[in-house]
Amino acid sequence: MSGYPHRHLLGIESLQPSEIVAVLDTAEGLREILDRPLKKVPALRGKTVVNLFYEPSTRTRASFEVAEKVLSADSLSISASASSAQKGETLLDTAKNLEAMNPDMIVLRHSAAGAAHFLARHCRAAIVNAGDGAHEHPTQALLDALTLRQRKGRLEGLRVAIVGDILHSRVARSNVWLLSKMGAKVVLCAPPTLVPPGIDALAPVTHRIDEAVEGADAVMMLRIQRERMTGAYFPSDREYHLRFGLTEARVKRAKKDVLILHPGPMNRGVEIASEVADGPYSVILDQVTNGVAVRMAVLLLLLGGGGES
Amino acid sequence: MKGSNGTRRGPVAAPPGFRVRRELMDAERIARALTRIAHQIVERPRDAQGLVLVGVRTRGVPLARRLARLVAQAGAPTPPVGALDITLYRDDLTTVAPQPVLRGTEFPGSIDGRTVVLVDDVLYTGRTVRAALDEIIDFGRPARIKLAALVDRGHRELPICPDYVGQTITTSREEIVQVLLEEEDREDRVLLLEKAPAATPRRPARSGPKKRGRRP
Repeated sequence: MSGYPHRHLLGIESLQPSEIVAVLDTAEGLREILDRPLKKVPALRGKTVVNLFYEPSTRTRASFEVAEKVLSADSLSISASASSAQKGETLLDTAKNLEAMNPDMIVLRHSAAGAAHFLARHCRAAIVNAGDGAHEHPTQALLDALTLRQRKGRLEGLRVAIVGDILHSRVARSNVWLLSKMGAKVVLCAPPTLVPPGIDALAPVTHRIDEAVEGADAVMMLRIQRERMTGAYFPSDREYHLRFGLTEARVKRAKKDVLILHPGPMNRGVEIASEVADGPYSVILDQVTNGVAVRMAVLLLLLGGGGES
Repeated sequence: MKGSNGTRRGPVAAPPGFRVRRELMDAERIARALTRIAHQIVERPRDAQGLVLVGVRTRGVPLARRLARLVAQAGAPTPPVGALDITLYRDDLTTVAPQPVLRGTEFPGSIDGRTVVLVDDVLYTGRTVRAALDEIIDFGRPARIKLAALVDRGHRELPICPDYVGQTITTSREEIVQVLLEEEDREDRVLLLEKAPAATPRRPARSGPKKRGRRP
């Protein structure tokens, strides 16, 4: 049986297409639970999951927590701002101490790339990467893929534009890997200052949004990540919006049935115009619902089914 | 949308390491057994009223659909049919089960106050039925739940007893009862499989508990 033969979910880069499909199919089967009168199944009773968040998060953390509760796992959430990390405890010490309480899984968000891989080397628990620096955010890419597959019926052959702050975006990296593994055609678009070196080896890069959006089946907008910016990458929000913002006029260049995605949180009026974010082609809230389903699938594949095969 | 995984129509083959010992039912016997069950359901007015048939995935679902047609032919209103995926309720999900392939649960509307007849192909340990009961009860409060199985092969591990049975047979735990249905497998047959001898010829007769047939 094909499945997900790994103990952790650290990134998309190391996954096989069949493993990506296994997660998406499992998520598809689980989504129906969210519409039940009693939104809970006993699948992961007695399993303990620690959500360890060193960076702020609304969607990712809430949807991991909902997914854990729906599957009956016991969960606790720790945010670094209210934990001993404030007193100078290192990531490894925190993790080792939590591990002494015998959790089955640790969901980690951290500002350093590779933090999840580091924990996977040092901990017995299954590790899920919920975002590590500007490296990967695998569950986001999986929920984006699930949203695209539901609406378009496939991923192969889709033309997808990823537009915005690619330099600081783990979402962009995970999505480029996932979409190209699944046979979609990806185009990246950003101002020259926000293109990471070497990314053009993975997908073509353009600096003109009109060119990127032309004929697209889907457009993924990325947030301008001010909290990670140390210098001036563009003159002003207004100018960024004029040159790289997704407006209704620009959406018209894409296919008629284009889908607009945004991982959130949105900067309305900067990377995306409000009319577009709330428009008929926007699937931004579908993404959130699918986020719960994908995280349920990851929990189930890692903690159910007797673990590794 | 269906997952890409799962048993699809294909040539019928015994699982690796097993061979066919004998045929337990052919298409005609399966049809007769289902017709008899349908009549038994209709003969109990309490069960026929507000009836919902719920098949346990995979092969309980086509059986439930056939029963629904036969119940209608026997003169009762056509009952709605649901499908139950009990994977997430299994008691061995996190220990020995292989990674789950989910096909989802579907109920045809509310089951509150109705008579649910749970339909499965083979009744064995009763653990699947336990999981199914838990899942049904999470969906509502039926007036009563009854159990129908095409084959009862004994070896119950839980205090569970069927209300409608197509055929009761004696098996040993080493054997497998394989139900093949037109809708999934292109033919209607029930087979008894036994372990294929690896190298040494094995004992000719079964040795396991013999008198463990159906007993309420």
